[in-house]
Amino acid sequence: MSWIQITETENIPPREGRTVKIGELSIALFNTGEKFLAVENRCPHKGGPLADGIVGGTTVTCPLHNWRICLETGEVSKGCDAQLPPVTQFPVRVEEGLIYLQTA
Amino acid sequence: MKQLVVIGNGMAGVACVEQILKFTHDFQITIFGDETHVNYNRIMLSSVLAGEKSADDIVINDIDWYQSNGITPRLGVRVTAIDSEARTVTGADGSVTRFDKLIIATGSSAFVPPMDGVDKKNVHVFRTLDDTRDLLEKSRPGCKAVVIGGGLLGLEAARGLQVQGCAVTVVHLGDRLMDRQLDPTGGMFLNRKMKNLGVDVLLQKSARALTGNGKVEGLRFADGEEIDAELVVIAAGIRPNSALGKLAGVEVNRGIVVNEFMETSHPDIYAVGECTEFRGELFGLVAPLYEQGKVLAATITGNKGPAFESKAQAAKLKIMGVDVFSAGVIDDSDPDVEVVAYEDRSLGIYKKLFVKDNRLVGVILVGDASDDHKYKSWLNSGEDLSKQRKHLLFPPPSADGGLDVAQMPDSETVCGCNGVSKGTIVDAIHTHGVETLAQLKDRTRAATGCGSCSSVCTQLLKAVAPGFVEDKQKVLCACVPFPQEKLKDIIRSQKLKTAQDVLDIYGNGKGCAVCKPALSYLLDVIHCGEHEEDRSARFINDRVHANIQNDGTFSVVPRMRGGITSPAELRKIADVAEKYNVPLVKVTGSQRLDLLGVKKEDLPKMWADLGMPSGQAYAKGVRMVKTCVGEQFCRFGTQDSISAGVELERRYENLFTPHKYKMAVVGCPRNCAEATVKDLGLIGQEGSWQVVVGGAAGKGVRKADLLVTVETTEQAFEASDLFFQYYRENANYLERTYDFVERLGIEKVRKDTVYAAPEAKKGLIERLRKSKDKSYDAWMEREAPRPFQFVQIEPVKEAVFA
Repeated sequence: MSWIQITETENIPPREGRTVKIGELSIALFNTGEKFLAVENRCPHKGGPLADGIVGGTTVTCPLHNWRICLETGEVSKGCDAQLPPVTQFPVRVEEGLIYLQTA
Repeated sequence: MKQLVVIGNGMAGVACVEQILKFTHDFQITIFGDETHVNYNRIMLSSVLAGEKSADDIVINDIDWYQSNGITPRLGVRVTAIDSEARTVTGADGSVTRFDKLIIATGSSAFVPPMDGVDKKNVHVFRTLDDTRDLLEKSRPGCKAVVIGGGLLGLEAARGLQVQGCAVTVVHLGDRLMDRQLDPTGGMFLNRKMKNLGVDVLLQKSARALTGNGKVEGLRFADGEEIDAELVVIAAGIRPNSALGKLAGVEVNRGIVVNEFMETSHPDIYAVGECTEFRGELFGLVAPLYEQGKVLAATITGNKGPAFESKAQAAKLKIMGVDVFSAGVIDDSDPDVEVVAYEDRSLGIYKKLFVKDNRLVGVILVGDASDDHKYKSWLNSGEDLSKQRKHLLFPPPSADGGLDVAQMPDSETVCGCNGVSKGTIVDAIHTHGVETLAQLKDRTRAATGCGSCSSVCTQLLKAVAPGFVEDKQKVLCACVPFPQEKLKDIIRSQKLKTAQDVLDIYGNGKGCAVCKPALSYLLDVIHCGEHEEDRSARFINDRVHANIQNDGTFSVVPRMRGGITSPAELRKIADVAEKYNVPLVKVTGSQRLDLLGVKKEDLPKMWADLGMPSGQAYAKGVRMVKTCVGEQFCRFGTQDSISAGVELERRYENLFTPHKYKMAVVGCPRNCAEATVKDLGLIGQEGSWQVVVGGAAGKGVRKADLLVTVETTEQAFEASDLFFQYYRENANYLERTYDFVERLGIEKVRKDTVYAAPEAKKGLIERLRKSKDKSYDAWMEREAPRPFQFVQIEPVKEAVFA
């Protein structure tokens, strides 16, 4: 499986996310301050852009309706009672100051 | 009248005099103090250094107290001799004062360990208000400060200096901080907390010499190593001031020797406080000194009976956010001592109890000292704990909230700083109708010292006072569990500049979408825009300066002050809307135009093409001023509402507020721009303006309250400024003006703004100006956008890893 070179680590400030476009896929790539994590850039609730959410620890809050997504497991934790499938995650690795993603 | 002379104007001596006055006013009292200040709370000096309190805040008895009790204060006069035969004391000013009874309450001095260079400039001890003032004067941001001594006082001094901006290192001889009060694990927990706060700690280091030419420049250790130091504080312990005792010819060992009635070896000379030695023991904490004062007051007034007994000494560190409590005997080498302990490294909480024969003999609490009174009580009562063994560290799950205070005996001291017992508090509640914490503070002085007993006082009020209403203070968020008022104090006094600092030191280090924007706002307003902007703590709207829509696109609203535009501006807006295929252009209810459905990457280009400032339609900040046509065109207009509206918008634009802030200016009472349902409205009438505040036309409708009526437009602006800044500083984050005004009541708002004292008004206006000077049009960030803030990352390269 191939790794795609995304960007320099300093382009994603601590506790922020950025949007990565790979083909038709929109991925939210985060720097939690301790590590880099990536999930599909789409809140399972109403499709909000997770990359624009506020990051606290390893949780991102969707900017539209404050649903919370755990970036380590993809689990949706707050919102309504509806059981939602977790958000798709993508493997990330960092080599010599560069971030790489694996999409398939 | 009998002459009573007290040597020492400190806490112990004066507290004893207070007790004496409860028995009798038959003494002619003279108090000598070598400091020039009235009696103050020495324990709180570290809070003065940390900027949490002012020198005035820690005064215990002001000059009126001395006068109204007929006491002659001799401040700044050191006593140099005592003639116990002739019964006189001689002051450094040559004065001779006769006494019938003499109390020596000379306290203690800082112990300076033997080392070279202690006489260099910028080397201080930390003992008096003057020491504190010197330190405040010399500490400046970036200054390298070294504190010698890692005990209670040294750590508090270190934190104070660090709050003043110094880079602080604590140098400690022992193998752990507070080694007299903590075990190795407790020391390790405390060490980590100090490091988290940004204070460096060097352990097992013996300072040998202070180096430098005239001024101190460094510190050399016994092992030869050296560190830089521009300011040195020596906090290596205290020594009793017992020299006067020797001069008086009474028995002196390390301290002035007293018996259980606080009598010395001379029948009319007594001693109290840190200068005393009782059964070989010395004292350095306040609680036993108050006890001594009470005993001595009884003895000296002929009510001899109560005897002083030494109880387990308790120490509590007063650093905001760093709870450390230790009391009793901390020794688990005794084979009969059983240890009950709990530790959680990630929360930084460590609790250890030392139990012997089912009785508590010692306790260490680090990271959470909220139960300290319970353990103090167990230590002092020596009660059998066998029935509660399961719940020594944690209360049973459905504990009765009032049980804790119900179990306290009346004699138990609740407020250690001011020596107030549970009985005194209950009495104040019953006999004086005390119902709130503020009234309790006024009446008994409980909780006015370090404040650590506030929660116990509140529990007592809850249990005893019939009309008790708890101060409604909701914590901001579980991530940083303090009410917003408290957070403001913390940010201000601890000089924290970023949301992450607040979270790291006072919260869980993570934060969430609730607390981060709130902290960002508080930091901005408290530091008047001189905080460190941390965009990760901002909602997306405040990172891209546009309002996020339900499909992830954004809206663009340029500023159109007072709703005034021009053909050229309208043409530009039309061109931009076409160029970027804006799906919807809408006239808003705020007299301006909204371009909706804009892609994030187009935002900076659109701002540049528009060449207009941001209308902040996305922000918890100043939105706009709606105006009517006014006297410029309207045949009913009595005031120039357009000019006033445009000016008002200029005054506040680019500033942030607890929630959105909308204004309107109308030129006559017909109120065509709906000024009575805005956060702030100016209503023109013939020859005057009404300034109204706290209106709403949203979820609910509320007619604004009249703040003031003024004659000139300039006065109307001034009233607007005062209310605007007052709201910014005092409302909770996300509290609209209509909730704020309703919560406080318009009378209070008036009192604190338009009717405030000139000084207070000046402060509000100055802070508003400072913030305004720091503010800027967010859309100018288009010239240097943060990396990939607006555009997506579109990678092309594939990498192959082995």
